[in-house]
Amino acid sequence: MFSLERWQEVFETISKNKLRTFLTGFSVASGIFILVILLGVSVGFQNGIESQFQNDAENIINVYPGRTALSFEGFNKGRRIQLRNEDYDVVLENSKQEIEFKSPMYQIFAGLISHGNNSGNYRVEGVLPDYQYLEKADIIQGRFINANDNKTKEKYAVIGNRVKKDLFQDESPLGKYIQVSGLNFKVVGVFTDPGGDREETRIYVPISTAQIVFGAGTDIRSMGFTLPKEENYELALKQSNAFAAQMERLLKIKLQIDPKDESALFISNNIENTKEIYVLISAMQVFFWGVGIATLLAGIIGVSNIMLIIVKERTKEIGIRKALGAEPLSIVGMILHESIFVTAISGLFGLIFGLVLLEIVGPFIELDFIKNPSVNFSIAVSTLLLLIAAGAIAGFFPAWRGARIKPIDALRDE
Amino acid sequence: MIEIKNLHKSYKMGKNSLHVLKGINFNVEEGELVSIMGSSGSGKSTLLNILGMLDEADEGSYTLDGVPIKNLNEKLAAQYRNKFLGFIFQSFNLINYKSALDNVALPLYYQGVNRSERMERSMAYLEKVGLAAWAHHKPNELSGGQKQRVAIARALASDPKVLLADELTGALDSKTSYEIMDLIQQINDEGRTILVVTHEEDIAQMSKRIVNLKDGVIIDDRKITQVRAIQNV
Ligand SMILES: Nc1ncnc2c1ncn2[C@@H]1O[C@H](COP(=O)(O)OP(=O)(O)OP(=O)(O)O)[C@@H](O)[C@H]1O
Ligand SMILES: [Mg+2]
Repeated sequence: MFSLERWQEVFETISKNKLRTFLTGFSVASGIFILVILLGVSVGFQNGIESQFQNDAENIINVYPGRTALSFEGFNKGRRIQLRNEDYDVVLENSKQEIEFKSPMYQIFAGLISHGNNSGNYRVEGVLPDYQYLEKADIIQGRFINANDNKTKEKYAVIGNRVKKDLFQDESPLGKYIQVSGLNFKVVGVFTDPGGDREETRIYVPISTAQIVFGAGTDIRSMGFTLPKEENYELALKQSNAFAAQMERLLKIKLQIDPKDESALFISNNIENTKEIYVLISAMQVFFWGVGIATLLAGIIGVSNIMLIIVKERTKEIGIRKALGAEPLSIVGMILHESIFVTAISGLFGLIFGLVLLEIVGPFIELDFIKNPSVNFSIAVSTLLLLIAAGAIAGFFPAWRGARIKPIDALRDE
Repeated sequence: MIEIKNLHKSYKMGKNSLHVLKGINFNVEEGELVSIMGSSGSGKSTLLNILGMLDEADEGSYTLDGVPIKNLNEKLAAQYRNKFLGFIFQSFNLINYKSALDNVALPLYYQGVNRSERMERSMAYLEKVGLAAWAHHKPNELSGGQKQRVAIARALASDPKVLLADELTGALDSKTSYEIMDLIQQINDEGRTILVVTHEEDIAQMSKRIVNLKDGVIIDDRKITQVRAIQNV
């Protein structure tokens, strides 16, 4: 079908109609280019918004012990419950849900904490590395407590920005020591917390260190977990409720608590609060799908219009060719061959140009609501194919009509 | 070569219908040079377009070189146009983005002749009409007479049985018209059948037979002694 002779004819036509070829090519290329950029920006938007609300969409499930309200298996009611490392391990080992972040916490009532002549009253919490994400502490200097610190039970501390201001003023605290209950802890990091000043009055230390140096044995004060973000709120709700229920069951068996006892364990599950975020994110997705489809539609209409105009403009030429013995199929073939060729080449140009631009500029874009705009390559290519097909289909009908009309009518066209 | 019987053609315009050809009967033998005359609106172009298969009659029969032209499918019609007929228009109808040579080569392209042979044969026809030197010029770089010569070369390129020319000198001054008619006479001398539509008496006198149309019927059809165009150039 695509014979060499016709390739020659098509090349001749497009090279001798430079303006038309350029205009067609340019509009197709810029159409694809704009489409790619728009798709990229909308992906960027989605990335940005998702990362903005990513944290808020996280459901933190915390467990605190209380006192029993019912007597059970020989224990009197009013018994104080103590959580231990092994209880934390039981939850991890038996969870049917995938856990994203997890940490036990041991809180020390250490009294005055000092550096040199400065001192203050701060909360000291022994934690695991994940605690940073449970608390959304942003490291602004140094680092957070890591796994190694816990393994080797280092006397390291990560201090809140408020603590830093109080104890160190303008001095850099990294590598310096603070005194906690008469023990020197080396400062390895400073954090800020979206929760504000109050949250920044904390000091984090490795939990293993805390348990040893403060003689806590294996006691823990509470534990926190997050589950990964789900596709939608219903799924997230289901997962987190299942997780909380299972954890409660496990711990009550382990700690010998009456299953009906409501005051021995407090499990806080704030999943309901994430509902709006899930709704917002899915609304965004619908919106950007809409934007994508609308842009694509605009592209298809644009290409179709160009093809219509080109065929219209060539009516007389079609008449001449028919008078000279062109068969209808050869007319249709010629027009489609040319249009597919021009759309494909120029579309490819626009596509590559758009992708390259996104690739180069994209990573630098880090506005509040736009983050790393990028386009999935296969989506971009299918978009191009769709436009080529649209151009071909849009070109086909007028070409077919043009090829079918009586030569004399085509010739009369001015 | 051409046999038409009782040919009718009407144009429909909305509710009205304009009866243009009202039963035309005539035959053309091989090698004839016929001019069709008549006042404006008498149906000359309509008749020629039907003969050239650019348009279709409503009624009557048309036989071209023994082949009945009736209810042909588009593909067959295209092949007949290509093989049997060469058309020359008043307004030249050259493709303006193609060189003279490529214009002439176009009917050969639709015959499936390969490119090098196409070029060779087209060049020969351009030489025949005296335009070899202009082969690579676009139509807009040529004079009216030159354009019409290119159109004649193109009409000849597919070696058709019949040449049909509608007011081929209509856009040309009289000197150029005679030069073109001289070319037409030479081509006819080689034995090719030619029909020209004209309303100029001097041009008609250069053919061998004049058919007169009036209100869609032939009112007069006579052989004449040909005036050689070369004498007027
Ligand atoms: N496509 C058309 N639609 C409607 N009417 C038409 C059409 N083509 C021609 N006619 C009418 O048919 C009649 C014959 O037209 P035709 O072109 O055959 O005349 P002609 O003899 O060639 O005239 P001229 O010498 O002016 O070229 C005219 O009245 C014209 O208006
Ligand atoms: Mg006419």
